[in-house]
Amino acid sequence: MKKIERRALIAGSLEALGGLFLAGCRRRPKVEMRQGDVAEAAVATYVAPGDLDPYYLFYSGGQSGHIFVAGIPSMRHISTIPVFTPYPGTGHGFDKESKAMLGGYLWGDAHHVALSQTNGDYDGRWIFVSDNANNRMARIDLRDFKTKQILGPIPNVSGNHCSSFVTTNTEYVLAASRFSVPLPMGTYAPIEQYATVYKGVVAGVKVDPKTGEMSLGWEILMPPFDYDLGTTGKGPSNDWAFWSCYNSERATGKLEVTSTQRDRDYVTAVNWKLAEQAIANGKYKIIDGVKVIDPKDTPGVVYFMPCSKSPHGVDVTPDGKYIVGSGKLQSITTVFNFEKMLTAIQQKNFTGDEDGIPVLKYEAIKDAEVNVGLGPLHTQFDDQGYAYTSLFIESAIAKWKLGTWEVIDKIPVSYNIGHLCVIGGDTVHPDGKYVIALNKLSHGRHLSVGPSQPESSQLIDITGEKMKLLYDAFTESEPHYSQVIAASKIHPIEVYPKEESRNPNAIWDVKDAKIERDGTHVTVKMTAVRSNFEPNKIEVNKGDLVTIHLTNIEQTTDETHGFGLSEYNINTSIDPGETKTLEFVADKVGVYAYYCTSFCSALHQEMQGYLLVKPK
Amino acid sequence: MSPAVPVPSPVSFLEKTNAFFDRPLGKRGRLTVLVAALLLIPTFFFPLWNMTLFSNQFQDGLDLHIYSYTLAGGHTASRDDLREINTLNHYIGMRPLLESDFSEFTWLPLMTGIFFILALRAVVIGKVASLVDTAVLFMYSSLFSLWSFYHRMYQYGHQLDPTAPVKVAPFMPPMLGSRQLANFQVQCYPGAASYFMVAFFLLLVAALVITWVKAR
Repeated sequence: MKKIERRALIAGSLEALGGLFLAGCRRRPKVEMRQGDVAEAAVATYVAPGDLDPYYLFYSGGQSGHIFVAGIPSMRHISTIPVFTPYPGTGHGFDKESKAMLGGYLWGDAHHVALSQTNGDYDGRWIFVSDNANNRMARIDLRDFKTKQILGPIPNVSGNHCSSFVTTNTEYVLAASRFSVPLPMGTYAPIEQYATVYKGVVAGVKVDPKTGEMSLGWEILMPPFDYDLGTTGKGPSNDWAFWSCYNSERATGKLEVTSTQRDRDYVTAVNWKLAEQAIANGKYKIIDGVKVIDPKDTPGVVYFMPCSKSPHGVDVTPDGKYIVGSGKLQSITTVFNFEKMLTAIQQKNFTGDEDGIPVLKYEAIKDAEVNVGLGPLHTQFDDQGYAYTSLFIESAIAKWKLGTWEVIDKIPVSYNIGHLCVIGGDTVHPDGKYVIALNKLSHGRHLSVGPSQPESSQLIDITGEKMKLLYDAFTESEPHYSQVIAASKIHPIEVYPKEESRNPNAIWDVKDAKIERDGTHVTVKMTAVRSNFEPNKIEVNKGDLVTIHLTNIEQTTDETHGFGLSEYNINTSIDPGETKTLEFVADKVGVYAYYCTSFCSALHQEMQGYLLVKPK
Repeated sequence: MSPAVPVPSPVSFLEKTNAFFDRPLGKRGRLTVLVAALLLIPTFFFPLWNMTLFSNQFQDGLDLHIYSYTLAGGHTASRDDLREINTLNHYIGMRPLLESDFSEFTWLPLMTGIFFILALRAVVIGKVASLVDTAVLFMYSSLFSLWSFYHRMYQYGHQLDPTAPVKVAPFMPPMLGSRQLANFQVQCYPGAASYFMVAFFLLLVAALVITWVKAR
């Protein structure tokens, strides 16, 4: 084992602040583990060959546009689910259907994943993920771990960051604007008019309860703040959705200064049942084809809860009674009492309004300010009545007790934690067991790979009174958020059953393979099976439009075939029983090989054919 | 001199046998034959023969079940075994196992049906002769079926496509027991339906014995 230089751990804000201001300076691992703890941690995280992890971890992949799947507690990366970005590994974005789904975008910024819920618990059906860059929302079916739908760009939503949190029965997936703009999108207004003309939007994307198909639900016109993170209510607060926001200053320019002047920003509280009703009652206007509610015309739908400065995470306790807002530039996290919030609304205990939206009186709705530490960011809950808050500046996790609001324990993490994830930590029945720290900086806590460093995640045991660090794992850029679900809740298929194939272009027998010409359009129905393509020769004329419907007629797990066409920039993968369509114009004369890119058999190398393009 | 032992003449043996053949089956004999007939019904629900191919990558085994009327592979959410066996076999040039290639799947169930009727006939007509006919015919057709099965296996193992990518020496797959073929451990054993068939035959013999004992 590589000898590492151990350093005494100096807890406290000096070092923590150092972490913030010295970010980028090379440092040595500082978290010390005793020899006995190392052995214990090794046993706790070791999953023997052939054994399976009991939990799935889904990471949002940030600017990679993907979702990463890992096992817990081993932290092993198992798979990458391409969502917003073309991914040659699976051919995502190369075949006709997925290409259309990507809509011409080369990337997305996958920020927050949300597992679908039934009665407030993960049901293992779908996972949603938001695209902060291009204002989209995607749905992945956990039956086959494939992206099934990308909705958007969602009209009027600009910078879909505080998304994709779901309501307790997956009625809606939340969306909102981080970057307020003049609406509808495509409208010009000078930046000087920001405070008055620019608008934010918070929205609910409707989800079909049977198919998971997403469609535009409701949108609410909001003041031009930067809506940051969201969550949904549970139990008593079931009908409510919450969004944090920064820049209630309505500032422009250098936001790190201009948007941090007020001591408080807001948590937006929306009664989405009333929003639904308002839409049903016709109290909306159409902006860019979407039904948008103006809070001025629909009192009772939206309120603002003052929250400590520049909040990021807003999280509801498993019992739905408390809303926890974390102001990332302060050292406290604020606990709001939902019941008190309702009372304040009833008694009109307001301190003012923002564009007609009442601002609730802070003192009337707050139950506690918990001294968690510096830079509180996100809170999750376990099954024992504890909350865990990530502390970005301090590079630590604080464990505190609901009800008494006392901080019980704190553990340093490496380094600068963003979000964290307790198993089921945002559901009505958290599993507890582990908290996973998603750290923004790894500062060389791994074999050096040059200046572009991986992100770090850490697995921490929370079964005892003291949190215990178990494992470091590294991922590509850049997980922002994650959720963990018991493996027993997901039942994936491993082949697409022939009986279920509905693709009209699928063929299941090598004998049915054929090439048909209709004018300048050549349609090929092709099979792939160990170890050949049929047909293995396609002859076309320059300029022909070539459509290849390719079916993998295998029915055995892991017998995926690939299809790569040299110098035509064509590539895809077809899983057992899957049919994909490739389309291109044969604009280059000559002979080009196509071959299987996914190693399949002893004669994989022989699995090849030729595209012969004749000059006109 | 010892007293002469009376040697039965062939004529008298035949007469005796004829007399036995003409004997009606007793109540117990008929009941036994009826039970035997009923045992043929489950042969339609269980395989006659099972073959399992184990290898490192298929540790749970690829299953092939031969029914009297069809060929079925193991089928799980992640695998279609018959398809897989055919895919693998094509590398050595073995013909794909196609249900339509087997005339057995037509005549085997027909035969089973005929034996069911013959057994019922023996119950109703109740003559030893009809029972003997049924038993002898059944033995003959069972042996013929076994030979036919053996012959099929032989053909599949020997009529290999000379253009196959992997050349292997013609081989006889195991009919009974276990054998290593390339990377596969092949196990082949009779299935439940075969045991019902055997039970059918044994019960016919038992009925004969019961009647014989009663006749003495």
